[in-house]
Amino acid sequence: MQNEIQFAGFGGQGIMLMGQIMAQAAMDQGYEVVWIPSYGPEMRGGTAYCTVVISDRPIGSPIIRNPKHLVAMNRPSLEKFAPAVKSGGIIFINSSIISIDAGRDDVDVLKVPIIEIAKELGNVKAANIVALAAFVSRSQVVDFERLRESVKVKFASKEKLIPLNMKALEEGQKAAMAT
Amino acid sequence: MGKVLMKGNEAIGEAAIRAGCLNYFAYPITPQSEVAEYLSRRLPEAGGVFLQGESEVAVSYMIFGAAACGERVFTTSSSPGISLMSEGISYITAAQCPAVFVNIMRGGPGLGGILPSQADYMQSVKGGGHGDYKLLVMAPASVQEAVEMMMGAFALAEKYRNPVMILGDGLIGQMMEPVEFPDSLKAEPTNKDDWATNGMATRNRKRRNLVKTLYLDPEELNSHNLMLKAKYEQMEREEVRYEAYNVDGDYRVLIVSYGTMSRVCRTAIDNLKEQGFEVGMIRPQTVFPFPKTAIYAAVDRQSCRAVLCVEMSMGQMVEDVERSVSGRRPVHWYGKCGGEVPTPEEVMEEVRKIVK
Repeated sequence: MQNEIQFAGFGGQGIMLMGQIMAQAAMDQGYEVVWIPSYGPEMRGGTAYCTVVISDRPIGSPIIRNPKHLVAMNRPSLEKFAPAVKSGGIIFINSSIISIDAGRDDVDVLKVPIIEIAKELGNVKAANIVALAAFVSRSQVVDFERLRESVKVKFASKEKLIPLNMKALEEGQKAAMAT
Repeated sequence: MGKVLMKGNEAIGEAAIRAGCLNYFAYPITPQSEVAEYLSRRLPEAGGVFLQGESEVAVSYMIFGAAACGERVFTTSSSPGISLMSEGISYITAAQCPAVFVNIMRGGPGLGGILPSQADYMQSVKGGGHGDYKLLVMAPASVQEAVEMMMGAFALAEKYRNPVMILGDGLIGQMMEPVEFPDSLKAEPTNKDDWATNGMATRNRKRRNLVKTLYLDPEELNSHNLMLKAKYEQMEREEVRYEAYNVDGDYRVLIVSYGTMSRVCRTAIDNLKEQGFEVGMIRPQTVFPFPKTAIYAAVDRQSCRAVLCVEMSMGQMVEDVERSVSGRRPVHWYGKCGGEVPTPEEVMEEVRKIVK
């Protein structure tokens, strides 16, 4: 069993971090895992993406052209990457700033207004954690409890942000269940 | 310590420290700048020395200086940077100083691009700088293997008193994978008193050690080169490493591929197997010395009709594969070198094409 998740958005949305938190959770759960960033030349404010591959056996090709799932944090990412998602996968849409649809009827589309949710929590920066929680809750690619632990590990050096991010996880999970 | 999730570049830096190397001089270049970023913080913490040189040429001579003094030392760079260091590498090899060079390859020639490539194969395994010399070159296919090769590189460099190179493509540096740093790979300190310029008075030596590369007497230079040649022959006898994949069955094609490219091939081989098409692979872990005996033996299988060399270069490894196959099977090449990594599907298509 192999899962591939592409996280995409613009620089500053915490795209790389989302992927790293997921990769850490998958590793802690005993899976083989690879995290790959896009490191091509990009403009400030341009697109950023990373791919996480999770498998129960050694991972062959780390390069994935057709990921199983996509987490799209802005419109250009959705337009660019949605057509490549495998049939039957999940496309997560940051509906706070993406007004269009995925344009696919063979995938499970999950729309969550993560920016509004994060604002209500008091810090818009937690939007990526809301998104991650919603996606994991829907896809079950890693255990939710592992994800929680992984967020704590990632924020170990910024301890005062942990309560906020724990709340973000809960709200993301709730939002995914409500849709 | 259990497994940690680390980026290849950072893991390479940490591996050097864990192996017992505390000197690192470098000049930044994508896609390996994180090594310097990581070590600029981590080395002082570990009691080591981090220095950024004013250029790669300068760095190569800083490495020479430290190595000549008997210090364990290494640097990392990417393709254009390694070209600049090649002069120094030739001198270090001539002077028989141990050092470790890491090349996280990007696309070339010239400034090329910053995406993954394997287009420095020839430069790495056939010399690179001037004169008759070779490096012991290891090519990792995962972050864990990069760590193990890096940790093992110092002992090998000291065994042969010759530079060792770790040859990774951009992805090896950029991707994150779970890694462990085995304590068993820590390099024991070696006594360098009989050659290093490490202080005559404090070591009670009668004779002064001299590190040099100039031999004006033709006979002396010839013997010097014969002695270097003997070391490379010893490497060919003792240091060849490779991994054989899916070679138990009756494979129709043998793939030879290394680094990240070999992982793509592994997926292609698994997929083809499901379709009832058997393909074997020899993955060189050392590209010099090259696993020519293993390849020679692998093509002997009656079912094997052709060999496919897959690499992110315009076929630089092909001549080593042809040399190993010795004309007994046709050798084909497939690859790309603009920075785009070929997909398993593309490799599968190529395999089917050559045995049609």
